[in-house]
Amino acid sequence: MSDLEKRIGEARKKWRALAESKVPVIYLGTATCGRAAGALNVKAAVAEALKENHLKAKIVEVGCIGPCYLEPLMDIKLPGRPRISYANVNSTKAKTIIKSLLVDGDPKSDYAVGHFDDGGNGSFDGIPRFFDLPMLKPQVRVVLRNCGYIDPEEIDHYLAHDGYRGLVNALRLSPEQVIAAVKDAGLRGRGGAGFPTYKKWEICRSSPGKIKYMICNADEGDPGAFMNRSLIEGDPHAVLEGLLIAGYAIGASQGYIYIRAEYPLAIVRLKKAIAQMREYGLLGKNILGSGFDFEITIKEGAGAFVCGEETALIASIEGKRGMPKSRPPFPAVAGLHAMPTIINNVETLGTLPHILRNGAEWYRQFGIQGSYGTKTFSLVGKVRRTGLIEVPLGMTLRKIIFDIGGGTAKPFKAVQTGGPSGGCLSEEFLDTRVDYESLAAAGSIMGSGGLIIMDEDTCVVDVARYFLDFTQKEACGKCSPCRVGTRHMVEILDRITTGEAESEDLAKLQTLGETVKRGSLCGLGQTAPNPVITTLRYFRPEYLMHVMEKHCPAAVCRSLIEYRVVPGKCTGCGGCVSVCPTGAITGPRSEPHNLDPSKCIKCRACYEICRFDAIAGDAIIIRSKRRTADEPQP
Amino acid sequence: MSRRTAVMSKPARSTTPSDNGDYNEVLRKFKGDEGDLIPILQKMQEKFGYISEEIVGRIARHMKISENQVFGVASFYSQFRFVEPGRHSVKVCLGTACHVRGGRVLSEAVERELGISPGQTTTDKRFDMQRVACLGCCALAPVVQVDDDIHSRMAVVRLKRVLAKYE
Repeated sequence: MSDLEKRIGEARKKWRALAESKVPVIYLGTATCGRAAGALNVKAAVAEALKENHLKAKIVEVGCIGPCYLEPLMDIKLPGRPRISYANVNSTKAKTIIKSLLVDGDPKSDYAVGHFDDGGNGSFDGIPRFFDLPMLKPQVRVVLRNCGYIDPEEIDHYLAHDGYRGLVNALRLSPEQVIAAVKDAGLRGRGGAGFPTYKKWEICRSSPGKIKYMICNADEGDPGAFMNRSLIEGDPHAVLEGLLIAGYAIGASQGYIYIRAEYPLAIVRLKKAIAQMREYGLLGKNILGSGFDFEITIKEGAGAFVCGEETALIASIEGKRGMPKSRPPFPAVAGLHAMPTIINNVETLGTLPHILRNGAEWYRQFGIQGSYGTKTFSLVGKVRRTGLIEVPLGMTLRKIIFDIGGGTAKPFKAVQTGGPSGGCLSEEFLDTRVDYESLAAAGSIMGSGGLIIMDEDTCVVDVARYFLDFTQKEACGKCSPCRVGTRHMVEILDRITTGEAESEDLAKLQTLGETVKRGSLCGLGQTAPNPVITTLRYFRPEYLMHVMEKHCPAAVCRSLIEYRVVPGKCTGCGGCVSVCPTGAITGPRSEPHNLDPSKCIKCRACYEICRFDAIAGDAIIIRSKRRTADEPQP
Repeated sequence: MSRRTAVMSKPARSTTPSDNGDYNEVLRKFKGDEGDLIPILQKMQEKFGYISEEIVGRIARHMKISENQVFGVASFYSQFRFVEPGRHSVKVCLGTACHVRGGRVLSEAVERELGISPGQTTTDKRFDMQRVACLGCCALAPVVQVDDDIHSRMAVVRLKRVLAKYE
């Protein structure tokens, strides 16, 4: 192990050299989310600005630090001063900031969002501490501690921050002792179901089998969730270290990472990280002289949501159609190539190094009885501050949505936890604690960590239809309750959202949902009806309005609304006329326009471009389905 | 015959190699174990743009399994395409966050603008389009991806301008 100690010593020196750099250091958040917001343009602008002003600076690309609504983020660290973070940077802004700070010494505090002073280097006037921002302050960053802070493509940065200490500790223990440590920590699977991690491992360890496999499930398929992607892109070595620890505990020498092909940057960073591990003697035979052998293979998923299910994922690695099998036998007994196999989620693995490094007791200071530790969530939808967050389990939904997320611009309506397998909770559940049991009691699930916030402009029936349509399309087709049942449920929901439904449809929907839940083979079907069942329970009046009055209060269901120009607000600017694809809006300039409903295709282009709120989506009354014979059927 | 002409008139980036040499280049890297099927399909698509009937046959022979088995696996996964893609690929995200922020309207606008449905390619082979479940940029919803560029916080009114950038 002295070899690694030497490497760690050098890595620390390297990090210190960066921290005490004589030239300014510019950190750019270039994870997928940052790039989507334009971080690569900023990077080019920074290089240009440095050249123009004849300046020298180091540029370090880092992962996502969390507050996506501030992307792209650019941090600048002057020698001997703390890092200052600038938000929503574009090319022009980047050039202005660089000139102002690096040439004139003015930190441009109106552009800055926060600084990273942890005492000692002094603060800046008018700039708060970054981690004191309302979105950051209530968070506890354990798994995400390195994200946005270190260069994910540098193993030395990871080593300088106690990287691979957990592995070193684990290898000093017996596998049984590692399992015991994880048991004491109370870690439960972060992929959604919350099964105790140690229990799965114990079963696998004690199952007979010459070969055992350890798989990392990075097939993050829930729409609205990107926690795993951010973790891999921001700190890949944390996940890999966890994979090694888990492999050692269960007695596996072959590891797989099953990752979505839609995450190209994450795959690149994993490949780089694996090559670095090999160089440092952290992969291969006799790792760190412990006698433990381990190899890692990356398997790219080919786009199938059902492959997040363990048995389907295994089938996919084996080169088959990703269809689930009935259990038992569980994969821990007979999985990949019929050998005992453990599949753990990215975040579960990312947590392991911390437990092994700091001890179970340390880990249990976070969270509450039964649900210890922290959990990452992607906070998205109609919330003011969107992004990736990490909080101790047991925090209330209210605190997450309103304190961290800053609430919604329009009145809050609902929060969907657990993605397509979870439930939609109404305002009265805002004081529910976010832990495995409390969410289950409310009829939802923890899931992998997607939190989608909806305001009064969101139609819950439409959202339920959306989720069910998603799972129906992703169903593998093996068992009929799921294949046929979900299709029927979508048909009923289609009727409801187009104003064609009858009053008995709601009861049918309920019964059908319960049947699909009970009769389906795998987790996909067993949880698919959850969004419908929870919305039927908590938002029944909204369903009834769609069914009985043919009215969508959120003005989302297009068959039930009609756009019109509000004459008092329209200034006749012609903006809507230029974007209307069907020429439905007409009228002379500077006078209120006319919208011809017969030509309108309800594309919302006019609604989006209007700066005067002069386009309104009005409810239209659809007559009941029982029409007279001479009326055309839809 | 018509199919052949179509093949002949293709641009420089050949999607159907004249001889089997190009296919072999991909196949050679794999032993042909059961677990290699999906990686082979992925490499083929990466190289040739889509999975043609010919490719299915070549893989089947290489792996000594039936063409049905190859196509059965390929068609199960949404990543694989069986028609020639356009020069630029437009992906409209319909993940939850994008849906809540109007992804469906955006998708319909793309379909209207290009005159094609998801999974199709325009006749001038300039664009193809797909709807995808989630690109993982939910905080920047709604997003549209063209080739490798992700356009965040998209709006119907900005669509024309964005597409015009791709020739």
